[in-house]
Amino acid sequence: MDIGLSEEQEILKASARDFLARECPKKLVKELDESDKGYSPELWRKMAELGWMGLVFPEEYDGGGGTFLDLVVLFEEMGYNILPGPFFSTIVLGGLPILKAGSEEQKKKFLSGIATGELILTMALTEPTASYDASAIAVKASPRNSDYSLNGTKLFVADANIADYLLCVARTKETANPQEGITIFVVDAKTPGIKCTLLKTLARDKQNEVVFDNVNVAKENIVGGLDQGWPVTQDTLEKAAVAKCAEMLGGAQAALDMAVNYAKERIQFNRPIGTFQAVQHYCANMVTDVDGARYITYKAAWELSEGLPATKSVAMAKAWVGDAYQRVTILGHQIFGAIGFTMDHDMHLYYRRAKAGAIAFGNSNFHREIVAQELGL
Amino acid sequence: MDFSFTEEEEAFRKEVCDWIKKETPKRWLELDPLLWEETDESWAISREFQKKLGQKGWLAPDYPKQYGGLEMSHIKRLILAEELSYNKAPVGIETEIAVNWVGPDLLLFGSEEQKQKYALGVAKGDLVITLGYSEPNAGSDLASLQTTAVEEDDEYVINGNKIWTSYAHYADYCWLAARTDPNAPRKYDGISMFVVDMKTPGITIHPLINLMNRHSFNEVFFDNVRIPKENLVGKKNNGWYELMIALDSERSGVGYAALFYRILEELVEYAKERKCNKDPIIRQKLAEMAVEIEVSRMMCYRLAWMYSKNLHPNYEASMSLVFLSEMMRRVAQVGMDIAGPYGELEWDSKWAPLRGKIERLCLNCLSIGVGGGTNEIQRNIIAQRGLGLPRK
Repeated sequence: MDIGLSEEQEILKASARDFLARECPKKLVKELDESDKGYSPELWRKMAELGWMGLVFPEEYDGGGGTFLDLVVLFEEMGYNILPGPFFSTIVLGGLPILKAGSEEQKKKFLSGIATGELILTMALTEPTASYDASAIAVKASPRNSDYSLNGTKLFVADANIADYLLCVARTKETANPQEGITIFVVDAKTPGIKCTLLKTLARDKQNEVVFDNVNVAKENIVGGLDQGWPVTQDTLEKAAVAKCAEMLGGAQAALDMAVNYAKERIQFNRPIGTFQAVQHYCANMVTDVDGARYITYKAAWELSEGLPATKSVAMAKAWVGDAYQRVTILGHQIFGAIGFTMDHDMHLYYRRAKAGAIAFGNSNFHREIVAQELGL
Repeated sequence: MDFSFTEEEEAFRKEVCDWIKKETPKRWLELDPLLWEETDESWAISREFQKKLGQKGWLAPDYPKQYGGLEMSHIKRLILAEELSYNKAPVGIETEIAVNWVGPDLLLFGSEEQKQKYALGVAKGDLVITLGYSEPNAGSDLASLQTTAVEEDDEYVINGNKIWTSYAHYADYCWLAARTDPNAPRKYDGISMFVVDMKTPGITIHPLINLMNRHSFNEVFFDNVRIPKENLVGKKNNGWYELMIALDSERSGVGYAALFYRILEELVEYAKERKCNKDPIIRQKLAEMAVEIEVSRMMCYRLAWMYSKNLHPNYEASMSLVFLSEMMRRVAQVGMDIAGPYGELEWDSKWAPLRGKIERLCLNCLSIGVGGGTNEIQRNIIAQRGLGLPRK
């Protein structure tokens, strides 16, 4: 048993922290949050040069041959600094399902494209029901000549506004078991009939409504088999949940560090507020949540990285870390007091992401229900 | 990163598990140790079992071989603690006290003779040593203790009283902190540690009945108790430092996490029996407890892993303890949520579910988070030692 990072991972972590602190200061974060695009093409290019985009892809697709755990290390740092943009969508929601189920041709085109920083991808999964259950997939793909035609509305699609390709999870067959008859199509975002509308959100992440109106897609664009899309989607969702946990863990660590530093410096009643037991105990609760989040995330990440069955660990991690991150940022705000309630301050960047992260890929109630099933209830 | 155990470690887990199942008397399981019944009968079963553990070197597995241990690896000890707890082996808190609080100090600061006599005795399961720390006016502020030990000829004369002395009524010795220099400039500087034979004249034990209506701790009075000088352990007036080392000595707390995993399993089965397992609120609550128990287990694993890598934990043990203790209270409440009025029943009612465990848990959970350092003190440690927040 060794629950620490490897030497290489420590190096990756440290270099990522330095790079992001330098290249993505909070001023830029706030600018990007307020922009419609939500990312910096210049920063994107630099990240590609560092090999981050291809980190987990095999070398034959211009990747770095890294593991899912390596990626988790990177996400932790992206959460720590806050990195706006489509990295998560492109790698986890776009690249990983293609890596798992895509054809050789698809891998060559998309994974290499991602690795070199040329392509932005995302997954169009949830619909107006806002559910991650297979039964919620209603967008229909109907055969038309030798192709398919997509119709319906996807909602809360991250980064669709800037994506080059969408992995659309669509229903190709109505069956008694809702998990059957689902197919993933990789669709050029510029295909006629796709209408994308940016939604303004609390976290100012770039979520969208995507309407498919008779969108033509070739059958070569099926990722994995026809009607075989759900297991791939589920696999993607598990990885996405854990990657999001890692991002949230990093964010929680940053919020803790900020609050502790402030408690050491802020003087009231002629002494640092960090000398007061109430503030000390807030900080103790925060670090407990951060450390708790760390190892439950690492365990799930390790299981996924090793290809072990991870359903229970993933659900446990997501159920815990989303709530823990929120608790940490709420206490962080309390320690900063009024100054934290200004747009100029940085704490709200974390608070907003805690709210969004807790909801993404199933909230705590959703994941606790999975845990309940795993307990045999 | 690797959360798995080696083949050898897995084989060890099986060996431990099989051994416990073979050696645990049926009667013990009937009593069900989760009730924390502390009767003469349960005490006798538990002591006998612990002697067997001691013979195998599994009672104090970390101790050097010449003092009854096996110098066992940190990870194997984690496994041993998990299995003992999960399988409800008859191991009591008196062992935790003697093996993990007293023993490490004896091994670090004791003379060869003291190590042979007391540490080996503890490791073999032959000796019960109670902790003479708290006093009526020295709880969280332990360093203000007032019990005195005055040097007279070849002896120390002890006067004062100790409180919350668990198992003093069964103990062979008391591991006593007493003031040897009342004029020291700092209250921390005038304290020394002693081993006191509980049969020494002048010692009176007054039982205190705990919230569970059980006799587990006591008030102990020392009235001109004369002990030989050689019963001083370590250096005179250096006791606070020695005592702090003992408080810091390695405890992963994994036993509690494993125990609560077992309780969770029983609650899941009980929820099915009560046919409330499809109730979405109960499902959520049980799942939440499962998650918390896993978080707690990972915190314990983290400690064992840190020890195994020689990364000296400083605040991590306090964190693990705070989390565990508060989790226990929530688990107790979930038990009540499932059981409703049945949860209130004491163990001897024919209607009592899980042998009255829920009622017992609801009471016992109040003690964890107080004993061995309150959660307030633990949080101070986390904030000050762990995060470097200033004291003033």
